[in-house]
Amino acid sequence: MLRTNLTAVVLFAVVSTCTFGAISSAESPTPTSVRFNRDVRAILTDKCFACHGPDAETVEGGLRLDLRAQAVDETGVIVPGDAEASELVRRIDSGDQYEVMPPPETHKPLTDAEREVLRQWIQQGAEYEPHWAYSPMRVPDALGGEGDENLTAVIDQLIADRLDAEGITPAEPADRITLIRRLSLDLTGIPPTPEEVDRFVQDDSEGAYAALVDRLLASQRFGERMAIYWLDLVRYADTVGYHGDQNVSQSPYRDYVINAFNKNLPYDRFIREQLAGDLLPHATLQQQVASGYNRLNQTTEEGGAQGKEYLAIYFADRVRNVSQVFMGATMGCAQCHDHKYDPYTTRDFYSIGAFFADLDERGVYGARSRPPMIHVPDAPLQEKLDQLDREIADLESGVPALKQQLLERQDQWERTALERLDEPGEVEAIWVDDRQGIGGDRGERWDYVDAQQGPVHSGALSRRQQNEGLVQHLFQNAETPFEVSADSRFYAWVHLDPDQPPQAVMLQFNDGNWNHRMVWGGDEIPYGRKPESDAAYRRAGALPETGRWVRLEVHAEEVGLAPGAKVHGMAFTQFGGLVHWDKAGAILAKGMPESVAAALRIAPSDRTSEQAAAVEDYYLSQAAELVERRAQIESLRTRRKQLYESAPQTVVSKSVAPRTIRVLPRGNWMDDSGPEVQPAIPEFLGQLETADRATRLDLAEWLCRDDNPLTSRTMANRIWSLLFGRGICASVDDLGGQGTYPSYPDLLDALAIDFVQSGWDIKHLMRSIALSAAYRRSSVASVELKRRDPYNDLFARQGRFGLQAETVRDAALAISGLLVEQLGGPSVHPYQPAGYYGQLNFPRRTYQADAGSDQYRRGLYTHWQRTFLHPMLKAFDAPSREECTAARARSNTPLQALVLLNDPTFVEAARVFAERTMREGGRTEEQRIRWAYREAVSRVPPPEIAAELHAVYVKHRQYYREHPEAAEQLVSNGQAPLATDLPSAELAAWTSVARVLLNLHETITRY
Amino acid sequence: MSTLQRRLARRTFLRQTGIGSIALAALLEADASRPVSAAQSGYQGILAAPHHRPRVKRVIHLCMAGGPSHLETFDYKPTLAKLDGKAMPDSITAGQPIAQLQGKELKVMGPQHEFTPRGKSGLLMSNVFEHIGQLADEMCVIKSMHTEQINHDPAHTFFNTGTAISGRPSMGSWVLYGLGAETETLPGFIVLTSEGGGQSQPISSRQWHSGFLPSRYQGVQMHSTGSPVHYVQNPAGVTTQQQRDVVDAVSRINSIRNETLMDPEIDTRLAGYEMAFRMQASVPELTEMSSEPQRILDLYGCTPGDGSFASNCLLARRLAERGVRFIQLYHRGWDHHGGVKKGVATTAKLVDQATAALIQDLKQRGMLEDTLIVWGGEFGRTPMAQGSGRDHHIKGFSLWMAGGGVRGGMSYGQTDEFGYNAVEDRVHVRDFHATMLHLLGIDHQRLTYKFQGLDFRLTGVEEAHVIDDVLA
Repeated sequence: MLRTNLTAVVLFAVVSTCTFGAISSAESPTPTSVRFNRDVRAILTDKCFACHGPDAETVEGGLRLDLRAQAVDETGVIVPGDAEASELVRRIDSGDQYEVMPPPETHKPLTDAEREVLRQWIQQGAEYEPHWAYSPMRVPDALGGEGDENLTAVIDQLIADRLDAEGITPAEPADRITLIRRLSLDLTGIPPTPEEVDRFVQDDSEGAYAALVDRLLASQRFGERMAIYWLDLVRYADTVGYHGDQNVSQSPYRDYVINAFNKNLPYDRFIREQLAGDLLPHATLQQQVASGYNRLNQTTEEGGAQGKEYLAIYFADRVRNVSQVFMGATMGCAQCHDHKYDPYTTRDFYSIGAFFADLDERGVYGARSRPPMIHVPDAPLQEKLDQLDREIADLESGVPALKQQLLERQDQWERTALERLDEPGEVEAIWVDDRQGIGGDRGERWDYVDAQQGPVHSGALSRRQQNEGLVQHLFQNAETPFEVSADSRFYAWVHLDPDQPPQAVMLQFNDGNWNHRMVWGGDEIPYGRKPESDAAYRRAGALPETGRWVRLEVHAEEVGLAPGAKVHGMAFTQFGGLVHWDKAGAILAKGMPESVAAALRIAPSDRTSEQAAAVEDYYLSQAAELVERRAQIESLRTRRKQLYESAPQTVVSKSVAPRTIRVLPRGNWMDDSGPEVQPAIPEFLGQLETADRATRLDLAEWLCRDDNPLTSRTMANRIWSLLFGRGICASVDDLGGQGTYPSYPDLLDALAIDFVQSGWDIKHLMRSIALSAAYRRSSVASVELKRRDPYNDLFARQGRFGLQAETVRDAALAISGLLVEQLGGPSVHPYQPAGYYGQLNFPRRTYQADAGSDQYRRGLYTHWQRTFLHPMLKAFDAPSREECTAARARSNTPLQALVLLNDPTFVEAARVFAERTMREGGRTEEQRIRWAYREAVSRVPPPEIAAELHAVYVKHRQYYREHPEAAEQLVSNGQAPLATDLPSAELAAWTSVARVLLNLHETITRY
Repeated sequence: MSTLQRRLARRTFLRQTGIGSIALAALLEADASRPVSAAQSGYQGILAAPHHRPRVKRVIHLCMAGGPSHLETFDYKPTLAKLDGKAMPDSITAGQPIAQLQGKELKVMGPQHEFTPRGKSGLLMSNVFEHIGQLADEMCVIKSMHTEQINHDPAHTFFNTGTAISGRPSMGSWVLYGLGAETETLPGFIVLTSEGGGQSQPISSRQWHSGFLPSRYQGVQMHSTGSPVHYVQNPAGVTTQQQRDVVDAVSRINSIRNETLMDPEIDTRLAGYEMAFRMQASVPELTEMSSEPQRILDLYGCTPGDGSFASNCLLARRLAERGVRFIQLYHRGWDHHGGVKKGVATTAKLVDQATAALIQDLKQRGMLEDTLIVWGGEFGRTPMAQGSGRDHHIKGFSLWMAGGGVRGGMSYGQTDEFGYNAVEDRVHVRDFHATMLHLLGIDHQRLTYKFQGLDFRLTGVEEAHVIDDVLA
């Protein structure tokens, strides 16, 4: 079937001319009415498109079945209205192994039913429909209007219409206990307390349920619950993922997400801030934090990694994630070849990625750092910083007046200074002592210690510097540079540790560049290493004596500093060992620089303006009041810097000149032969009109357009899946050609349109769904319903599913009373088996479980080690967050049983729950059992269950009375305070009862 | 708990809960105190029947992590000796990926160890393998392996999952998904690690992750310190009997509630608790090696439970006996950027005897014929010197297999005279995957899993071929 006519109209390019009406009716399908999107597309994409689909590289025989114009042309592959005359039908029915389609070696044979569908479809005219998800969203004709109550009504009407048509009777409404449990778990991730259950069950007012929904949506727990889902999508973690999987601080981004959901930040703003928060005008701190989204990808610092390769890896990672998170698309395949099932081309893949070419990033990062990062102070800290800023400003604003006062006394000073000029001796001008005193910028690693902590030469502090390799601290851009004269010398006091001496130390000066170096000891310091002949580089010989304070001295000319040079910076460097550094500065033979001394000898009236300025500057720089003022300012600045740096850091986006992006042939990063591409949206979805190169903000704006067919559908479908356990389009990760066809396309569109029209209001959408009758149905299915709709595509009943890993933990902590609720902050470390990080290296790591309240925080705050996720989270299907996860696996395994039975977190929760049972559960055993069972599953135990629990209690009380040491052990699990006032045998027996309760299927299931 | 008590407890449990599932009943008939044979127990994989007659039931992958130098082990290159210290021809290295030697002068380094023909087949191998060499006639050495990733972490990911993109299932998970396991009381895919002899590069649990496959197929790492499997130890103050009571009460209450809830997941949960309980007994039994006779300990040269590769090899045999499907031993010690001569000798010494012992031990128990042993790293090392060592190299390296369905005493494929490029009968990692699956009775094109709308498979979308010439 060689074809020559390739001028067919590309189907997907004409979406706007197609109407959606053809599939918007809710009429029941009949066996004789075949519809392309619902019935045919899945067959073609799955069985045919791999060879006869959109991937231009692999089209067999020149035939593309995704394009109607090609399929129905004169070659007769498909003859609309005449199945028997169609080559396609002949081939799929062929008994000849060389003719039959699909070819046997694809291992994708058609079923009889599928052949029949294709036959009927052709017989009925072989009408194509554009793929639903790329078509415009459409309000179903039968409906109209806007508003809150209305969307809820729309949901129920559309579902009722379909169920009626199919003759399906929906499940009964759920009982009120199930309902409050379901809602609490869905909206907050924490089960209700028995008091909350009572209040709701007893409130028979009309608005009771809506009030409950509103209360839960307003809870701070809502943001935490939603963040769990969002963090899976964007693959948030606390480590870098590749190779050594080192820690990286990005918890402020996590907290931004929690707060965004809690504040109900409109979803379009949420998108804009994450993709392009840094590009927004006057970006706020939180918008910059949000832009950290672009940098949540895995990164490496593996030795031998090639930067260019890893930039290509990060690039592809980002395209996969952006397309999955915001578009429900799986563009990953298009990295190497045109997508086989969707109209995404390889060019589209690289064009989407090109939006991110401006990100300041590296292929291979240096040790433990992922710049650009910013510190993110919380509100109380910001308050303190603002206060310090005000104090600094106050002190600075007083400086001119102070100078004026001092200048009035300059004459007096000059007289004294002149007298002293002729005295012999030298003076150390102090640039650095207990603080860096001459202004300018200080770099990292000014680690001051006091005399308790190490040797100190002068003042109260010295600077401790220790490293296995190269380490340095420095300042530059001093406010008053030091002017070099012929006899200028510099000095710095050092103390080399006798047990850990460095291999080398170096002093270095900046007069516009740093090329003025003096080295003591070996040649290990690579900075500026030069032959001895170089004027600015000197080796001073052996290291000074260890174990005592020594003044290192450097003559200016030795390091290439000629008279007149202005030194404004000094660096202190060592290789290896432990060194304490103290006072440093210039040595002044006359107590002041030669140039000043010379000017001073000239009568004021005869001085040139430069000479006058030199004297005045020097006078002011020495004046005690001003020195004191500067010291105060410097001290406040130091304090501010320390405070600021105590705030957690987070990775952010920073825009730099975009790098060139090319299509990489077959995804090969070493192949530069591909065409250069500019930022662009997928071609079949249109073109962006921008004056200049399109930016990340332009991409965000396009995603947030009212008529973008993907953004709103993707999110509305996912929100629905959070509330039913299943999406209307079941493949919540793929709305594309290989995804499933929505069970209610009209309903999905109604939700998506309302979502946009409400101003992308997530709480409104969730509230509307939660208020529907569909949401409130029982999850118990009749035998008939299970048979008719095994996967619950029609939502004639509620879904039922296990709690997510984090909330399994949360529930146990909440039930026990151990849960510590604190919003946000750096990640925490619950108990974890020893040695679990044994396979990590660079550096090797020892896990330290948190003590105190951080031990009992919600699961979403758990330190997320990508390569070794906490085993409890892993057992309950939490993803490693290396890639986007739109729907977690739901498994039910023996490893989960082992966690609930034996993980110290759950054992401790059980014994604290037992303690509460004894203190709060009433006096009798019956009361306590009833109390405890209600705490766990919100219900009153039926007698046979109470009897089971009681039997465990009685039997174990007996055992623990006979084995008091075992009882002591059991009730001492974990860090929580021991209940020494309670009899331990009873407490241990109640602990067994509590363990039973925490292990119940119902405790960890949402019905 | 005595056997009698255990039986009683089980019977009570069965009677009271009324669990009737055949799988559970079959499971409970098996006695945890001895290894369970295939006929008695296990769980099915997705394949109702193998695609063709399987040659092996299980795989033991001895992963020599870090990248052993093929040039000091199995691929003898006299040309390198001749050109030792000379510049590497630019025609070979130009434009090729390179790791730590980026921007450095590239000089040839001759083989650092002698090679000797071994066995009847006369397979040439390095003298560092005194014991392995004795089994030359069992071994099929592939000298023409090549891979696509030049750094440790992605190269392991590539070797295990067929792609460097994270989040895809590992080969052990694929096998378990396809075939299930022959044990209900141990995970079907178990990973053991050891280190020594060189720089210990990190190993991610991604290497045994189930990716998008259900998590029951994930590899479970066993530890030499603490609890061998996470959370198999009872909490302090809880004996086996109390644990049994708790598990029974949980199961009975779940069953009572299920009359109202009608949730099939509850049935699965009941079986899960029973298996968990039995795993708590079977894991200690597995790692309790005092029953191993001294001659066996001598054969492996190990102190059981010391976390060494040798101890892990002995444990691997015990896992194989108990029906574990896929066993992976990582030895992290082959990353010899410097001192490759001494390094290879040192690391080889840590694995040589135990590797040979494992093969002999399986053979004497009649198990070698249905076991596939794979020995190799994530890549090889450069013919070019990096000081006294060698850098990472992906264009040609060696790996060997032994066991059922594999032709012994042969080598397959060749690298060029520098040992740089695999040039004859090249074997991509995907070809290795296809061949391994083939030996297990699986057609690599037909073991698929639907994810994000696509039928994923271990060998991906690129071509992959079973290496027929190495099959017995």
